[in-house]
Amino acid sequence: MFDFSIITEWLNNLLNSFLPGWLTTTIECVLIGVGLLLVYALLALFYIYYERKLCAAFQCRLGPDRVGPWGLLQSFADMFKMLIKELISLNHVDKFLFALAPYLVIIASMLAFAVLPWGNGLQIIDFNIGIFFLIAVSSIGVLGILLAGWSSNNKFTLIGALRSGAQMVSYELSVGLSVLTMVVFAGSMSIGDIVQAQDHLWFLFSGHIPAIIAFIIYLIAGTAETNRGPFDLPEAESELTAGYHTEYSGIHFGFFYLAEYLNLFIVSGTAALLFLGGWMPFHIPGWESFNHIMDYIPGVIWFIGKAIALSFVIIWFKWTYPRLRIDQLLSLEWKYLLPINLFNLVLMVLIVVYGIHL
Amino acid sequence: MANIKDIVAERFSQASVEEGEIMMFDIPSEKVHEFAQFLRDEKELAFDYLVTIVGMDWGERLGCIYYLTSTEHKTHVAFKTSVEGREHPAIPSISDLWAIAGIFEREVYDFFGIIFLNNPDMRRLFLSVDWVGYPLRKDYDMNDKANEVSIENERQTDDTYEYTMKDGKIVKTEHAVFKPEDFVVNIGPQHPATHGVLRFRTAVDGETIKKIDVYMGYIHRGVEKLCETLAYPQTLHFMDRLDYFSAHNYHHGLCLCIEKAANIEVPLRAQYIRVIMDELSRIASHCLFIGTFCMDLGATTMLFYTLRVREQILDIMEKTCGARMTFNYDCIGGVMADLDPDFVKDVKDLLATLPANIKEYNKLFTGNVITKNRMIGVGHLSRKDAISWSVTGPSGRASGWACDVRKTDPYSIYPELDFEQVVMTEGDSYARFKCRVAEIEQSAHIIEQIIDKIPEGDYCAKVPKVLKLPEGRWFQLVEGCRGVFGIYIESDGSTKPYRLKIAPPCLPLAAVVDHITEGQKIADLITIGGSLDYIVPDIDR
Repeated sequence: MFDFSIITEWLNNLLNSFLPGWLTTTIECVLIGVGLLLVYALLALFYIYYERKLCAAFQCRLGPDRVGPWGLLQSFADMFKMLIKELISLNHVDKFLFALAPYLVIIASMLAFAVLPWGNGLQIIDFNIGIFFLIAVSSIGVLGILLAGWSSNNKFTLIGALRSGAQMVSYELSVGLSVLTMVVFAGSMSIGDIVQAQDHLWFLFSGHIPAIIAFIIYLIAGTAETNRGPFDLPEAESELTAGYHTEYSGIHFGFFYLAEYLNLFIVSGTAALLFLGGWMPFHIPGWESFNHIMDYIPGVIWFIGKAIALSFVIIWFKWTYPRLRIDQLLSLEWKYLLPINLFNLVLMVLIVVYGIHL
Repeated sequence: MANIKDIVAERFSQASVEEGEIMMFDIPSEKVHEFAQFLRDEKELAFDYLVTIVGMDWGERLGCIYYLTSTEHKTHVAFKTSVEGREHPAIPSISDLWAIAGIFEREVYDFFGIIFLNNPDMRRLFLSVDWVGYPLRKDYDMNDKANEVSIENERQTDDTYEYTMKDGKIVKTEHAVFKPEDFVVNIGPQHPATHGVLRFRTAVDGETIKKIDVYMGYIHRGVEKLCETLAYPQTLHFMDRLDYFSAHNYHHGLCLCIEKAANIEVPLRAQYIRVIMDELSRIASHCLFIGTFCMDLGATTMLFYTLRVREQILDIMEKTCGARMTFNYDCIGGVMADLDPDFVKDVKDLLATLPANIKEYNKLFTGNVITKNRMIGVGHLSRKDAISWSVTGPSGRASGWACDVRKTDPYSIYPELDFEQVVMTEGDSYARFKCRVAEIEQSAHIIEQIIDKIPEGDYCAKVPKVLKLPEGRWFQLVEGCRGVFGIYIESDGSTKPYRLKIAPPCLPLAAVVDHITEGQKIADLITIGGSLDYIVPDIDR
């Protein structure tokens, strides 16, 4: 596979050759930040369009098709609308926390976004606890949601926020445990190493039954983590109007909206990286020429393609199933997913210890 | 009928009888509670279903007419009572005998100012707390200066009032609706799940519901009062605007009542058309129910699948009636216009696509694990409670109460038709849902039988241009899409009704919510509300 670190190294050396070290670092940081934000925003816009089109297809409709060819510019129009909308200031809210909440949510999702590996060497940072970092920062989001619900001084948002808190804390366990299962299998927490270990065969296929169980649980828990249907209780529109972000308007609402879609990408991206080999092409051991052809497709496309395909499944869930009730949601996690997950982890440890894997 | 008269005469010698289509007793006001209890509890009478309470202003006297039905013997009876004096008219309450009576009495109090003694909740039902006057009294001041539109916040009360008789004087006591420590969430009046402008003040403990106070009247339009100022054919238009999904059925009901009073023979063709239209509306209405109910549960996609069928029905109706809602199609003596030439073909197309659609609904939604978890055992309503709360229609039948008027008191050509009354016994939300799905099939079955047999002939009988009804009172029940729809007309011989009372099915449906949600979760309130399927304009009128 083409190694992107060649380009980044070259750029680093080029800048270093005529600039002092501190300026190089600053410029690189700015470049990375701008690039990250750009990709973040564009992906969110794509996801909004993607979900609307998919949902329309499920519902025998056409979806957006008026703005631009095939409605492609619809999300851009929506974004501009969101940007120029008035930020309605409310009287009886805790102004500081109310304003802080959307930033917490979006920062959490951006931080998690930053460690995703896009291709060989195309990664902002690859450190030895990468996957741990990803789980840690993505949990900050729940703080923002709780703050949003609490500071709005509204009973609906409060109920939404508390539901969200209960849900996130519970499902974090399942996400963590299924990630842990795969970490045990890969033998490393570094994202680069995990992807590299799937060089020959993706973990979903090489990890036997535990990997498949972990994959299914991860998808369920990940859907719940992103507050999407059938687990969209925090913002159950028919119960709580819009849940924790009922009182938000303009770009503050836009932040929640963006973060929700990007979390969808992050969850499916992480699933792709843990189970479907990240940016690794599809390889079948022994089929050399087939593997060679697969290698021609760039890693970035592999990664985004896998993430989008997994997002399709999650979106499919949302537009098919009715919503669970809060007690059913929690009992699903604590009575079913968690015990299965713990058992699965032990199973995986046994497989690794006795070396009975491909 | 004579039997009822004898049994009553044995116990209540003072009750005078008025024979008519429904036997009516005249009871002195102080005996009302005793008499009602006797009618309900006497084995041979067993009038356990309170259809409606009609408030009346007879000029000199104010009073009420109670319509009762025995679910066991399939008999009807009515009794009326009246009191003198317009200052503080008071009648003993029967709210301890029938759960729904409390709400019916509040409505009468709201419109006529009759106080029901010992009813624990004597607030106004539809009008705001500071409303001046009682609008359905004949001497009501219609001047808009008396009740100006308020620009203040909505006035509301946190107390209920109870009036009791002590030493010959009426004493008023206040009870707080909620305890001070209750966490009260306002669900509505603007809320996606209340299906209209209805408000539930919900006391919750975490996610568990402790108590609900239903607040109605946001779209009260005074239809009954308006009808008193209009000629009979003009009153028909309002029927479209109550339960807009059973527009045809409601029209049918009022037409039947007026035709019965004026002795008008409806041509057979018109009767066939009316029945087909009724059943088409029922299919459309139940389809919409399935869609919106699924949406309440979070399954948005189902809405589009069910609207597909409804759309097809609306297209059929548009071709014939010229409208997609508020059809105003049935008229006194028949229907407004003849069927569209394509009608039969279109209906057959619809019938051909229905089974596949229903199969798809069941596949996508009914059999789903989450769906079952959300609905089975949620909002259980027993048969006894369903009768006590007058919960009719599919919701009542899901509780095991065979209350379909098309079977119990058949009208039009229904006696000749072969169809089954869908009755289930579980009484939970799932049963209410399945009951409606099954009713779609039954309605389709009815249409199938008669679509090829629509007789030739007039679609409307000759009706005098100025229609006067003879003096008297008539009561007619029809099966709307959501339950039993009753029409009471009292005529003084003029061209306008002296009193036109609408007994809607949705008022009990909304009133029963508090009873069946207690101890359930907030999300269950949405499920239960959705499965009862009330329509707010029908509640408020």
